[in-house]
Amino acid sequence: MRLLVSIGRAFLGLIAAIGRIAIFAGQTLGHIVRGPFYLRELAISFLNIGWLSLPVVGLTSLFTGAALALQIYAGSARFSAEAVVPQIVAIGMVRELGPVLVGLMIAARVTSSIAAEIATMKVTEQIDALVTLSTHPMKYLTVPRVLAATIVVPLLVAVGDIIGIFGGYAVATGTLGFNPAAYIRNTLDFLELKDVVSSLAKGAMFGFIAALMGCYYGMNSGRGAQGVGSATKGSVEAAAVLILGANFVLTGVFFSL
Amino acid sequence: MIELIGVTKSFGNNHVLRGVDLTVDRGTSLVIIGGSGTGKSITIKSVLGLITPDAGKITVDGQDVTQTDRDAFLARFGMLFQGAALFDSLPVWQNVAFRLLRGSLKRPKDEARQIAIEKLRRVGLTPDVADRLPAELSGGMQKRVGLARAIAADPEIIFFDEPTTGLDPIMAGVINDLIREIVVEMGATAITITHDMTSVRAIADNVAMLHDGVIQWTGPVGDIDTSGDPFLDQFIHGRAIGPIEAVR
Repeated sequence: MRLLVSIGRAFLGLIAAIGRIAIFAGQTLGHIVRGPFYLRELAISFLNIGWLSLPVVGLTSLFTGAALALQIYAGSARFSAEAVVPQIVAIGMVRELGPVLVGLMIAARVTSSIAAEIATMKVTEQIDALVTLSTHPMKYLTVPRVLAATIVVPLLVAVGDIIGIFGGYAVATGTLGFNPAAYIRNTLDFLELKDVVSSLAKGAMFGFIAALMGCYYGMNSGRGAQGVGSATKGSVEAAAVLILGANFVLTGVFFSL
Repeated sequence: MIELIGVTKSFGNNHVLRGVDLTVDRGTSLVIIGGSGTGKSITIKSVLGLITPDAGKITVDGQDVTQTDRDAFLARFGMLFQGAALFDSLPVWQNVAFRLLRGSLKRPKDEARQIAIEKLRRVGLTPDVADRLPAELSGGMQKRVGLARAIAADPEIIFFDEPTTGLDPIMAGVINDLIREIVVEMGATAITITHDMTSVRAIADNVAMLHDGVIQWTGPVGDIDTSGDPFLDQFIHGRAIGPIEAVR
């Protein structure tokens, strides 16, 4: 009986948390379409989320594309189909690995940073100070971060896709004996517009989720250092799970329906 | 005039405010004293709308605070937070001029900076502090910057939440004198929360003691030593023995 009560309580807690996050997302979207807008905060968010994430996104994509080429070459060699390496690297990076890896790296780098910053602002009464200074915390803190992430993460995904494909190209032409011109031609011929659109759409959704979770957990942080730590940990866990779940749904929408 | 009538607030089973009745006349300085966790900060945060009371009514100049235009209402207030609550990412002058750089009180950037520097000077800080980040300042300097921010837009009502906590006695004296000077000079209505009896005597026109969720005693600062109230006597003399239970 106690087990059932515990399961029921956990389930109700989960439903309540989903409801709170949905309300928070709705409020954020409501504030995005209504002013005032804080352009300086938006510009800083573009810089922090976009520009400063480029090194980690680039390196992650480069190594993943290179490893993918090696794996596909080794696997396809078993049935003499090594020629598919450019196509599968391109499909793998653009449809799945590019957006998911960038999304997860953004969750690790940006979600955690947003949650920790806003949670610290909360425990040091900076959020209360904003209110007393006639500034709505959601408009000032949440909207710029969520808007910037939703716009800039697709661009990071595009960069990640290109660098990932380049990683595969470098390995394939440098060590596996592929012809450079043929590799590029095969890659470009095989990719469809839908692949690129799905990649960018996933990037936008993952950026929205990553920033939203950082803001939600930061704004709802508990007290003290432990509260900040819990908010940061919870935000990254939630963002990662939601990104992978959204990836499954969007893949279904783009490629199965 | 600020008036609280029967204000209650609970957090779960913790009934912090059990019916607070309090009046602060325009242009006077009220200091709220009381033990830790008695709801002093909750009281002023309720006036500002940072916390919504469970019951009761709060009015400012006769107008219910829940029925006002929030921006116009908050533009009348300044607040010094306990830890100063300066925005880490902004230089000092932008913290001070925060309200003047956005919203209904927005001024040109140069003018806002000049006002910020003037307010910094008013609290005894030199203009070279203006471009530093809050983390580069000492606790006392941060409190002064918080004070400058609280008065930057010349508010009618100023709240000070434990303005001398964590400061050495000399710096606490400096802050007390500044608060008194500023309140008198600006003709502002002030509510200060403190445990520090030196602050009480330096800042207050009137004193209210919050205990067990209600106002235990209120009256002019000159009467606190002769009140005859055992709770107030125990508090102002810092006695461990008395009607207020000291949790050990």
